[in-house]
Amino acid sequence: MSVSRERVVEKYAKAELGFWLYLMTDIILFASLFATYMVLRPNIAGGMSSSELFDPTFALAETVLLLMSSFTCGLAVLFLRFRYKSTGLTLLAVTLLLGGMFLFLEMYEFMEFIHEGQSWQTSGFLSGFFALVATHGLHITIGILWGLVLFWYIFKKGITANAMRRVSLFSLFWHFLDIVWIFIFTIVYLGAFV
Amino acid sequence: MSDFVTFLIGRMSFEYLPTDPATIGAAIGMPLGVLAVAALITYFKKWKWLWQQWVTTVDAKKIGTMYIVVAILMLLRGGADALMLRLQTAVAVGDAKGPFDADMFQQVVTAHGTLMIFFVAMGLVFGIINWVLPLLIGARDMAFPVLNSISFWLFASGMILNNFALVFGGFSNGGWLGYPPLTGLEYNPGPGVDYWIWSLQIAGIGSLLSGVNFFTTIIKNRAPGMTLMKMPIFTWSVLVTSVLIMLAFPILTVTLALLGFDRTLGTHFFTSDSGGNPMLYINLIWAWGHPEVYILVLPAFGVFSEVVATYSKKKLFGYKSMVIALLAIMFFSFIVWQHHFFTMGAGANVNAFFGIMTAVIAIPTGVKIFNWLFTMYRGSIHFTAPMFWFLAFVVTFTIGGVTGVLMAVPALDFQVHNTLFLVAHFHNVIIGGVVFGLFAGITHWFPKIFGFKLHDGLGKLSAILWQVGFILAFIPLYILGLMGAVRRLDSYDDPTWQPLFIVSGIGVVVIALGMAALIMQIGYSIWKRNELKDETGDPWDGRTLEWSVPSPAPHYNFAVTPTVTERDDWWYRKQRNDTAYLKSDYVDIWLPKNSAVGLLVGVGAGMAGFAIIWHLWWLLVPALLFVVLVIIRQTMNDDDDARVSATELFHEDNLGRRA
Repeated sequence: MSVSRERVVEKYAKAELGFWLYLMTDIILFASLFATYMVLRPNIAGGMSSSELFDPTFALAETVLLLMSSFTCGLAVLFLRFRYKSTGLTLLAVTLLLGGMFLFLEMYEFMEFIHEGQSWQTSGFLSGFFALVATHGLHITIGILWGLVLFWYIFKKGITANAMRRVSLFSLFWHFLDIVWIFIFTIVYLGAFV
Repeated sequence: MSDFVTFLIGRMSFEYLPTDPATIGAAIGMPLGVLAVAALITYFKKWKWLWQQWVTTVDAKKIGTMYIVVAILMLLRGGADALMLRLQTAVAVGDAKGPFDADMFQQVVTAHGTLMIFFVAMGLVFGIINWVLPLLIGARDMAFPVLNSISFWLFASGMILNNFALVFGGFSNGGWLGYPPLTGLEYNPGPGVDYWIWSLQIAGIGSLLSGVNFFTTIIKNRAPGMTLMKMPIFTWSVLVTSVLIMLAFPILTVTLALLGFDRTLGTHFFTSDSGGNPMLYINLIWAWGHPEVYILVLPAFGVFSEVVATYSKKKLFGYKSMVIALLAIMFFSFIVWQHHFFTMGAGANVNAFFGIMTAVIAIPTGVKIFNWLFTMYRGSIHFTAPMFWFLAFVVTFTIGGVTGVLMAVPALDFQVHNTLFLVAHFHNVIIGGVVFGLFAGITHWFPKIFGFKLHDGLGKLSAILWQVGFILAFIPLYILGLMGAVRRLDSYDDPTWQPLFIVSGIGVVVIALGMAALIMQIGYSIWKRNELKDETGDPWDGRTLEWSVPSPAPHYNFAVTPTVTERDDWWYRKQRNDTAYLKSDYVDIWLPKNSAVGLLVGVGAGMAGFAIIWHLWWLLVPALLFVVLVIIRQTMNDDDDARVSATELFHEDNLGRRA
């Protein structure tokens, strides 16, 4: 016995509100990490300072990748909504690929810093930096995992009402991470040179 | 030891087994207790019943009952801790030794505070909310029933992890909020603080999810016609509490995680060297911690709003001002946190701001107290056990509120900061507010959940014993605090303090008798359940929707979704003699199926926490992976509803009413 259409609509309305609320709580989570970073930023304890360490061009490359992935994510949702399955799935795959490249760059940057002897154990400033940026990276990882599951689900079961409601929530999440990154780029990377 | 063994057992070793008699007793007793319960379940062949009716349930009422059972068990343990503390301070004067050494004493203090706030108060609050929130708004369930089950099992998982510290490893000695650098690696290398961090982290994430769930439920699941301003005040208090949960708990998540990183990854957030900043921790933890006390007390205020109106047979005085007061408290609770550390040295202007805000927050709280008293004024008051709890609350909470305003003055706070005066103050508001409020709520709504009332006389006896015991236990602490006795004091030199400490100890014993009366009340009522049976579904001549359904409330709550036209809809329906449904009103409904997802997530999270505490990295990865897989499977589950047909509802509903 399958569930009625109204039940699906009603459940989606709840899930959407619930997911927005979850995103708000995530904002508080990031806000706490931003505050921690700002408080600890002057405490370099003999390690490198933010302006010595960061390369804004590198961070710009990451930003461009993530913004592009948000664009393709939006396109993917549109195409899926109009039931272009293969185009939509391709765009979803591109989104995840761009996210993966972003993640790779971030890991590369982390490795670079650690290689230079600037790890999270070096100073309060670096502890704050790694916690903030890695938490964003962890969210991206979860997003990629979620996107892969959605890809597989739509590939197998087609564009069902349930699939679309999950895709909409996924795109909310992905755009949200983009916004958080804009703040990281501005406050952490550009802020180092103000 | 070889590398492989270290890899396998992390930092476990025999030295972490308990050594002193009290802990050994508990460490043997607790697992034996669990085994005894398991044996009884096997003997009575109840495993299947347990699994189907409780463990995998997504029915909010049953989840609420599980919260309350856990909370009462933890209340007994936390109460035993309190007895131990006051036993120590009653004897440890001058050269006389108490039963515990200093470190053990601090562990008991920490366990008492942590258990009482996170597992007793939170458990009772979430239990009551789960019991009645959907019923009060005419809903069949929470917005996300499976998520609700996940929240409970995360709470239970945190509780088990917390208690396991007693058996193996020892608990934190850093106080209930674990201030670094004392809780840093340098001064606390053992697993105690890690138990504290990760048990709270797991339970805290459960609470955060509950906040999202409650808020969505209130916004989306209300019965037709129930506008926000027609909701019962309890619902309003839950709405405000869930906003506070959503805004405050992420801060706790971050704070605990960062302290955990300091301890396991060697970061420098809160260390006293390499650029760490311990004061940052204290700001962060109180930015969560102050809203937290309102998260606890607002639902208790909500309970009293329902209780006083029901037993005074009058509508609540000043409904709108109650709502405004709740919203004002919601706002102000976020701009007072610094009053927990006026002595930090933030400067006179900062202290003045936070001092004034703290005094201001007493105004909406006072409005609420007066509204309840005016509700009673010229009412037809029925002095039942919930009203006894309410009266005890008014006395206790008001004293606590007044001493709170005293301490809002920074100049005065410098004198009593970190003394027993403060300890007495927050017990006044938390026991007087939260505990009394939730006991009133349990007594009030018990028949709706179980179908029989609690014995009234024993409830009154319990309320009186708690009240008397409370005064004996805490008024001496105010005096001692003013005399300079600091909190968490395990021994002292001034013999003139001893009589006051002894009186306080006697008070704790009286409270324990009150607790015994409460347990007896529950036991006796179960024994006499046929005499105390609630035949009508409306034993108190209630005002709100939950009393319109039979007792115990069916698992779908409402056979027919009610349509609401005014506040206290059920009361006015009764006045108009308009309480029956028509046959044609019954329609097919959808209900969520049972789910083991909550339990699995709880088990996975508990394993992960245990792995971090003991540095078992080989266990951490699969445990987290397990949680992720369970959640992925759940998010892809399209078949989680079951239909209940209209005929079935009609028959069950009408049978229930006759019986």
